[in-house]
Amino acid sequence: MLAFILRRFASMLIVLFCVVTITFFLMRLAPGGPFDKEKKIPKAIETQLLMRFNLNGSLWDQYRTYLGIKPNVAGKYSGLLQGDLQLSTKYRNRTVNELLAQTLPVTMTLGAIAFIIATVAGVTLGCWAGVRHHTAVDTASMMAALFAISIPTFVTGPLLILIFCLDLGWLPIGGWGSWQSLILPSITLAGPYIAYIARLMRTSMLEVLGQDYIRTARAKGLSETRVIYKHAVKIAILPVVSFIGPLAANLLTGSMVVELIFNIPGAGGFFVNSIQNRDGFLLCGVVIVYCALLVVLNLVVDIAYSLLDKRIKLYE
Amino acid sequence: MSDAKQRLLRNRVALVSMAVIAAVVVVAIVGPLVLPASYQSLTRNQFAPPTLHHPFGTDLNGRDLLYRVMEGARISLLVGISGALISFFVGTTYGLIAGYAGGKWDSLMMRAVEILYSIPRLIIILIAINAFDVHLKNWLASGSLAWLTGYSRIVILVLSLGLIEWLTMARIVRGQVLSLKSLQFVAAARSLGQSHVKIIVRHLLPNLVGIVVIYLTLTIPAVIMDESFLSFLGLGIQAPQASWGSLLSDGAQVINPIRSYWWLLVFPAVTMSATLLALNFLGDALRDALDPRERR
Repeated sequence: MLAFILRRFASMLIVLFCVVTITFFLMRLAPGGPFDKEKKIPKAIETQLLMRFNLNGSLWDQYRTYLGIKPNVAGKYSGLLQGDLQLSTKYRNRTVNELLAQTLPVTMTLGAIAFIIATVAGVTLGCWAGVRHHTAVDTASMMAALFAISIPTFVTGPLLILIFCLDLGWLPIGGWGSWQSLILPSITLAGPYIAYIARLMRTSMLEVLGQDYIRTARAKGLSETRVIYKHAVKIAILPVVSFIGPLAANLLTGSMVVELIFNIPGAGGFFVNSIQNRDGFLLCGVVIVYCALLVVLNLVVDIAYSLLDKRIKLYE
Repeated sequence: MSDAKQRLLRNRVALVSMAVIAAVVVVAIVGPLVLPASYQSLTRNQFAPPTLHHPFGTDLNGRDLLYRVMEGARISLLVGISGALISFFVGTTYGLIAGYAGGKWDSLMMRAVEILYSIPRLIIILIAINAFDVHLKNWLASGSLAWLTGYSRIVILVLSLGLIEWLTMARIVRGQVLSLKSLQFVAAARSLGQSHVKIIVRHLLPNLVGIVVIYLTLTIPAVIMDESFLSFLGLGIQAPQASWGSLLSDGAQVINPIRSYWWLLVFPAVTMSATLLALNFLGDALRDALDPRERR
């Protein structure tokens, strides 16, 4: 087990390193610098600015400074290795660390709530449809699921606002702070994934219910509820567990749109703006932190999976 | 195969889906040619609600929305289909190699797929589009492909979305190859001394057609959805060109408490969702028809 975790940890670091490198160079490849304005700034000032933001020297030097294996102008090692994500070039004088510390909790809260809604509702609906296979319940819920998958969140979001905020006036339109303002964004974000998980769970449930050990459980006289909830669900849920990693990645991506629609001050909205503002370090910071979160989550899921399913051996 | 065809034709949902897809494709191709040219020009008649003359209403610039939706359909479908084709080539090749090689290579290649699944690919692609867009435009303008310059955004979207949507295809193909490989006809071919290339092309590929077609059908809506996501963030199709995604994003922006121009959101949304729904239903029905084991 320990060997497995160590090996996964090593591959995790490699993945993160690749992501950091790719993002850094992609960001520097983009045309136009962060200080390009219509009015040209004097050469001397530009040099000063570039030095302040560790953007001086060759690209290779900048990369090494960013990683923290080369001292910056001030002679200090201050990069990723030291946990420093540099200064934002748009919100001058604020570090990317500060900005992320402010916005990330918002995104994480939204994501976590959406995650819970998606898994709980998805698994319940999927179970239900699977058990009542070939009935109207099954057909109707699977139809509804396909509908939910086929409509983009930036359509459902404004429509929900139109209905619940503008017409009925039940909920606040957007923003952050009260629990009411969380309802629509998290439902919008979770919607397609409720449907996706329900479909996943249904297929898996159907497969499991056809297996021999379920027949045995029934033959020995267990009640149907017990057969389903004690024996079938435990195995049928495994595909959903392995979807947790991709789900988290998709929720973080989808959160960008939802944050923009509902005017939520999260990291996703900052990310979108930082593309337009050419705020490279903020861009890099968001991607790196997102990836780090996801990679760690995946390690946890792998371990949880092995604990859930004794048939899987991690340490081959 | 004819058995599967019959099963498909007996499925009413599949028939309706095919009709919807065919209708959207035909209207997208023919529509802009039939409608009078005045429909695409900018007019003073801004934000006009739907009337007989403009069944979908008009937009911010007084253009007929029906015309815009048809143009959007052309680009969305073009991006969806070409993106899905790229993902098909990449995914099938990757899956074939992994499945056929087996063992160490297989587990290494599939581990890479797993990792790619769990990182936010769309976000990294966003940065890549931002980085390469202008470079690609300049490169196209200078080379022999100058006629493509106006479409450089579409080119980069197709390439990048195709390059992130191949994972499922690779996984499915690899699984299929693994199970096919253990069958006797492959062993027979091998013992007759056929080369690997010949075994793959002659014996494995024909048996993959069914499953590949299913996932090709399901990848098209996924790519269209991704494109609309990018358009909404302002990194997709750029005006004056339109895709369903960019129309929706324009429509979503004019929903406000004072006055809602609902038609700008509703008509593109209904068209896009109906098409995606039909493609998803058709993919499901194809799966049921070609793989009766799944039907139960």
